[in-house]
Amino acid sequence: MQYTLKVNGKHHSVDVENDTPLLWVLRDELGFKGVKFGCGVAACGACTVHLDGVASRTCVLPVEDAAGLEITTIEGVADGETLSDIQTAWIDHQVPQCGYCQSGMIMAVTALLEEIPNPSDDDIDASITNICRCGSYHRIRKAIHSVAEAREKANV
Amino acid sequence: MSDAKNTPKKKMSRRKFLLATGGVIGGGLVVGFAALTPQHKATQKLIGDKAPLLSSWIKITEDNKVHVIVPHVEMGQGSHTSLPMMAADEMDADWDLVSMEQAPAHAAFANEPLGEGFILGNTDIPDVFAPIINKAFFQIAKGMELQITGGSTAVRFTGQYGMRVAGAAAREMLIKAASESWDIPARELVAEKSFVLHKASGKSASFGELAPTAATYTPNPTPTLKSPDNFTIIGTPKKRFDIPAKVNGTAVYGIDAEVDGMLYGAIRHVPVFDCAITNVDSGAAASMPGVKKVVRLDNAVVVVADKYWRAKKALDQVKISHSDSASCGLSSEDLYRQFADALENGDPELDIDTGDAAAVIDASDDVLTADYRVPFLAHATMEPMNCTVKIEDGKVDIWTGTQTPITAKSIAAKIAGVDINKVTYHPCMLGGGFGRRIHQASDYVAPAVKVAMEVGAPVKLIYSREEDIQQDAYRPALLSRFKAVVSDGGNIDAWHNLYTDKNEPVEAPIIPYAADNNYTGVVRSTSHVPFGPWRSVDHSQHAFFIESFIDELANKSGADPYEFRLEKLQNKPKHRAVLERVAEMAGWHTPAPLGRSRGIALHESFGSIVAEVAEISVNNGDVKVHKVSCAVDCGFPVNPDSARAQVESGIIYGLSAALFGEITIEGGRVIQENFPDYDVVRLAEAPDIQVDFINSGKELGGLGEPATPPIAPAVMNAIFTATGKRIRSLPLNNHSLV
Repeated sequence: MQYTLKVNGKHHSVDVENDTPLLWVLRDELGFKGVKFGCGVAACGACTVHLDGVASRTCVLPVEDAAGLEITTIEGVADGETLSDIQTAWIDHQVPQCGYCQSGMIMAVTALLEEIPNPSDDDIDASITNICRCGSYHRIRKAIHSVAEAREKANV
Repeated sequence: MSDAKNTPKKKMSRRKFLLATGGVIGGGLVVGFAALTPQHKATQKLIGDKAPLLSSWIKITEDNKVHVIVPHVEMGQGSHTSLPMMAADEMDADWDLVSMEQAPAHAAFANEPLGEGFILGNTDIPDVFAPIINKAFFQIAKGMELQITGGSTAVRFTGQYGMRVAGAAAREMLIKAASESWDIPARELVAEKSFVLHKASGKSASFGELAPTAATYTPNPTPTLKSPDNFTIIGTPKKRFDIPAKVNGTAVYGIDAEVDGMLYGAIRHVPVFDCAITNVDSGAAASMPGVKKVVRLDNAVVVVADKYWRAKKALDQVKISHSDSASCGLSSEDLYRQFADALENGDPELDIDTGDAAAVIDASDDVLTADYRVPFLAHATMEPMNCTVKIEDGKVDIWTGTQTPITAKSIAAKIAGVDINKVTYHPCMLGGGFGRRIHQASDYVAPAVKVAMEVGAPVKLIYSREEDIQQDAYRPALLSRFKAVVSDGGNIDAWHNLYTDKNEPVEAPIIPYAADNNYTGVVRSTSHVPFGPWRSVDHSQHAFFIESFIDELANKSGADPYEFRLEKLQNKPKHRAVLERVAEMAGWHTPAPLGRSRGIALHESFGSIVAEVAEISVNNGDVKVHKVSCAVDCGFPVNPDSARAQVESGIIYGLSAALFGEITIEGGRVIQENFPDYDVVRLAEAPDIQVDFINSGKELGGLGEPATPPIAPAVMNAIFTATGKRIRSLPLNNHSLV
């Protein structure tokens, strides 16, 4: 089947079976390798991208459901060479270790902060359920709070 | 160069230098090191000069940049940054001009003859070396010559004995180059921020300018190293080189390899480890869209297709029949019964037997006894196992994340029937290691090579998460049976610990506490479940056993668990200091906040002493770990923030196992499949973690593993304080606290 996917603002045409998970289309057909395969059952979040701004796990999402939506991957988060404030916070707090889960983490956190600009710890616990086996969690929590605070200050 | 007249005139004879040191890297000064201790020298003589035993490399280019070539892989532990820090500090390089390069898997960075001895023979070092090998050498050999990344070795061996020496020697050579060029005695010159300076005259020259001359000198294998007081880079937090690529999706892991014309392989093994395939019913698989071949291996089927999803869907249609074996009927409960039987009837091997613990126990009418148990565990790295292989014109290229690149090369060479020099390993980031990517490298490299040979095209083999969990090499399940006698005054009159099975390190079950009579022994009772080193190896089991039972002794004698431990560490000042520090951090001497309880544990592993206090609450039977305080004596942390990250990581990894981790065997096979039934800690369960390092000046200890062992007993001891219920088997998930 032919599908047109809009990824990070650009249109791409792909020819794949309709049940192919978006993950594999993004990685292997279109080369967005920052989107990672972790579990294949939407349990770990390594494959998280945004669909119309909503954080979505793509390892179980058929490509046909993504056609027509704005897809944003980790590769589309920075503005050219300029990292997003969340990516910068990830460096400031030295969050990643092996780093494999962090694309998905950053996508999940980016969506969270759009929805809840100043999330409580409970909000974070409820929203960010991605798995990191290196245990970078408490740095992630600190980085989220630091971005929220910086944004609030910038808006005052 | 501030003074053009003083430009070094001498042309370096780089080729000669490079041959002398055995490495060809190209560009400027290259310092490599072999033979750093008498043991190394002796060993090097034995095996001949052409194979450097220990190589750490520094390159200086004309733009005054220092490139440190690191022989270890980066799996998140930060050694791609901490090792260059060690070299750069000894050089007095400007950190902003330092970069890191991953060493290729090559003889210049490893001793392949010795390495092959390990790989192709047995796991022991060849006998000929035995008389001259001490433990440190063995660790270096494992880390360097096989380029293994594991055992918490990178900083304490490669860094301490390789990087620092290479850096100090480079500094001497650069100063000598300036000294000869300016005709000023070396003692009047200093190195500072990548320049050599003569402060009296104001002369200065950059390392880059001096490098061509410096490269003509023979490096001093025993340069004077800095005293820690003079460190300017070591001990300061430096941002890791590998992190920027990990926040924008550009870091390349094994699974991201791209090769022209590449096909994809999906694999399913025979679920019972020691059984072979007897029949493969491909069903519709072979005729499904994009499928190139259904490849039958001895113990697995791989469907190869033009796209991974097509391969995976076709694999779902394949039915595998396998041979029968005695293990096919075994369950975890059967194995635990087998282990318990071994404790009753087995023939123990001694770890320690001081005094006569058995006699004291026999004579006492107040013996404390307890049986402890831990299950098998999988590693569950975030990046599932995978390997990409291209075979062309008698050459083999492999892309995979591995903690042992040269082992991977050796396996590929053997299967493809080519010389190891025809195999190129392309280093990739590892999406987690934790021991999974060490010993069993063959288990995901071998099938990829076989399949690439079968289909005559490059293949990327990817394990599903289910295969990753069910075809791991597992942390073994162990039992430990304790008996002890404690006097009224709280003295340990007798300590008796008999446990099942033993791998490494040998000291894992040894207690640091004073006991008048101590018997510690093992009975061998193994299973068909393959063994793999799992973050901290045997320490993860024994710290839980020992530190829980010590808590039982403290409770029995009515003592505070912290004070009880402290009293028994009179001859262990470093352990005492760590314990005292963690008590202070956790506020042990003040009551826990309302509704919360604390537990403490102490364990030494891989040269580092770690104590942890967990602060928990229990509500309606649910345990929440709020806070973990952790004190560490690892000598000194090289990159303090990155060291802290390793400790945080070790705690979370151990906490996942303590709370949820269990691999269950039924019908001889693993029944867990994926994260829903092999659950791990997520943000909601992750405690706040405070880490404090004690700079005791003791020799460097590792950091990748030592924080993992104490967390389970710290949490379970806190649960005892909260509920009075003693958790003697893991995971906690199996127990009801209501």
